[in-house]
Formats: sequence, C-alpha cells, structure tokens
Amino acid sequence: MIRLVFTIIAGVLLGGVVHLVSVLALPRIATQDAYSRLTPITKLNAVTVLPPADPSNTLMPYLDPAFATAVCRYDLSGGPIKLTVPVSQAYTSVSFYTRNELAYYAINDRSAGRKVIELDLMTEAQHNELPEDEEVTSADRLIIDSPSTTGLIVLKALAPEPGLMPQAQATMAASKCAVQVEEPQPKQAVAPAPVPAPAPAARGKR
Amino acid sequence: MRLLFIIMLALVLAAGVGVGLTWTTTTRGTELGTLTIGAWTARPRTGTSDIDPYSRATITRNGELPIGTGDGVAFTASADDKKKALDGRCDVVVSGVTPPARFWTLTLYDKQGHLVANTLERYGFTSQEIVRGADGGFEIRIASRSRAGNWLPTGGIERYALMLRLYDTPVGVATRTKRDAPMPAIATVGCP
Repeated sequence: MIRLVFTIIAGVLLGGVVHLVSVLALPRIATQDAYSRLTPITKLNAVTVLPPADPSNTLMPYLDPAFATAVCRYDLSGGPIKLTVPVSQAYTSVSFYTRNELAYYAINDRSAGRKVIELDLMTEAQHNELPEDEEVTSADRLIIDSPSTTGLIVLKALAPEPGLMPQAQATMAASKCAVQVEEPQPKQAVAPAPVPAPAPAARGKR
Repeated sequence: MRLLFIIMLALVLAAGVGVGLTWTTTTRGTELGTLTIGAWTARPRTGTSDIDPYSRATITRNGELPIGTGDGVAFTASADDKKKALDGRCDVVVSGVTPPARFWTLTLYDKQGHLVANTLERYGFTSQEIVRGADGGFEIRIASRSRAGNWLPTGGIERYALMLRLYDTPVGVATRTKRDAPMPAIATVGCP
C-alpha cells in the first residue's frame, strides 16, 4: 500500500518535471509556429507582401485586418541585411523576431524619425567585425543586433480606412530587404544619406 | 514483476500529468505577467525579450507573432464587465475612452483567432474611422443584426473575443492601473 502511495507521489513529481521540460522545449519543437507557416510562402532575404487578413485567410491567428503586412524571412549567414521601408501616411512599423518568434526589437515610423526607415540587421559577431571608423559614421545608421542567424522581419502599414488599403499595400511592396553585397557599399550608401536629411530633427533616433 | 508494474505506473502518471499540465497552460493561458484592466487583459512582456516561458510556448504552438513593444500593445476581452462571456447572439456595447495612443484598432475574432465572415466585410474599427459623439467618446455596437452607428457584426457565432490594439502608445510593461490606461467599458445590453 505504502509502495503505491510512493509510486503516485513519484509519478506526480516526475510529471512536474515533464511539464517544465515540455513547456521549455515547445518553442524549439513546435512545427506549426509562425516561422514554419510563413516559410512556404515567403522568399529568403526578400520582402513578401502577405495576402490581406480576411476570414478565408487562416495563415496565422490574430492578424490585424487594418494593416497591410509584409515579411522578410532573413538568414544572416551570407552577411548583414539592409532594410529600407518607406513610411506610409498613417503609421508604419517594423518588428524583428528570432527563429523562435521572440520579439526582440520593434520600431515605428515616429521613433525612426524619417520619411524612410533604414536599418542594418546583423549578428553580434558581424557587428563586432565592423571597422572602427565605420562605427563613427554609423551613428547615422541604425544597427540592430539579431540574437539568432535566422528570423523574421515583419513590416506593417496601417490603412486607417478600408479605402486606404491599396496605398498601404503599395508602401509594403516598395520596401526592400537584401543582403549587403560588398564592404565598401555601405560607405557609399552613408555618404548621400545626409543630403536628404537636413530636414529638422531628421537625426532623432529613439 | 511488481517492481516493473510500479515503474510503469509512475511513468504513465508522469506523462499524463506533465503533458496534461502543458496542454492546459498553453491553451487556457496563465496569469503570469498579465495586466488586467476591467474586462481587458494584456501581456506587455510578450513583445520583449523578457517573455515568460508559458507565453512563449503558447505563441509558438498557435503560430502567432506577438506585437513588439516598440510597436504597440494588445488587450483582449472574452467577457464583459460583469464577467459574462461575450455571446455573438446578444447585443454588446463597447463605449468610453481608450488609453493614449497614436492609433488603435478594435477587432473581433472567433475562439481560434480568425476573423468572422460577414457581408459587410467589417471585421473591426480603427480609431480614425469610428463615429464619435460630441464629447469625443464613442460607442460600438456588436450584434448579429445591423445596428445604427458603429456596428460590428458577429455573424451570430456563440463565443468571440475582442482585441483592442494600441499602436505607438506609452502603455506597456510599466502600466499597472486604470489611471494609466483607461479602457472602454463592455456591457451586454440585450439577449434574444
């Protein structure tokens, strides 16, 4: 009898361990997570505009139907990624997720403070490899460190009224997400940047 | 033989308890890190790197992408202010004020988080398209049949959830009380 009681106690305790392990392991073993759902319909290191959220679209739960959404599925193993998102009339935001849907960074058009949101995404190792002087000029650029080599960038533009949806979709279609090709390339990209920037407070970062 | 039986029993019990607990916590959700104001509940930490393991498990299991903190915060409600579950066959009124935010959207979802089909193609409202009263307040009527003013159709489904998303808002991890984030009231005003 006492042995049975011990067995039950041991079973329940072991059950607690199983529970904790399974909760912690779930993000790694889930096969129906957002990244896996988006993989077949998105291109790697390029912007894909998602179909509008409506009742027939069961791609992901809890999509906001007032937004045009685009996804850039990234892989940083080929080098850092440069992201350019034109700002729509109402509200535009860029959110970064790791491979396991950890939302590690998000920024909106106002905190970016420009007409175009320009970001460089790289791993911590790639950030450390940047030359020193590059670091100085890069004060003008926003560099984001990705905790994982792969992940998702989600771009969203608000259509405050249904009639403005085509405009929001066009904003998304005009955004770019691509691997930076050569090392000198970013320097050239930095040089012309201050020219359109003299607008007031264009340098405000966050 | 007896030892084998006991070990088997313990293992089966462990598997049942463990998987059962995981299943309930990821489907029903936990109280961990929630911010509840009136009928509305948010988990501001899901949009940061400090997300708790239970929310992480839920998010990956359901295939969601949580809204990032620099973007906004999402409040959900599946019951009215009197804790009565939201019923698509009843008339429900959402009224009052919303916390400070550049934009907000209110959306109606079924229990799986999908939009509910209706001929109007009206799945929610944004802060800009809503019809407001003279004092700036608003009233949204959620009902299966058409209503005057801001009508949000339910398609007559039995249970639904409302999601109020605030974009570019000071509401977030530091928010604690109703004073920081005055949420709109939800009232069931009539059932057939």
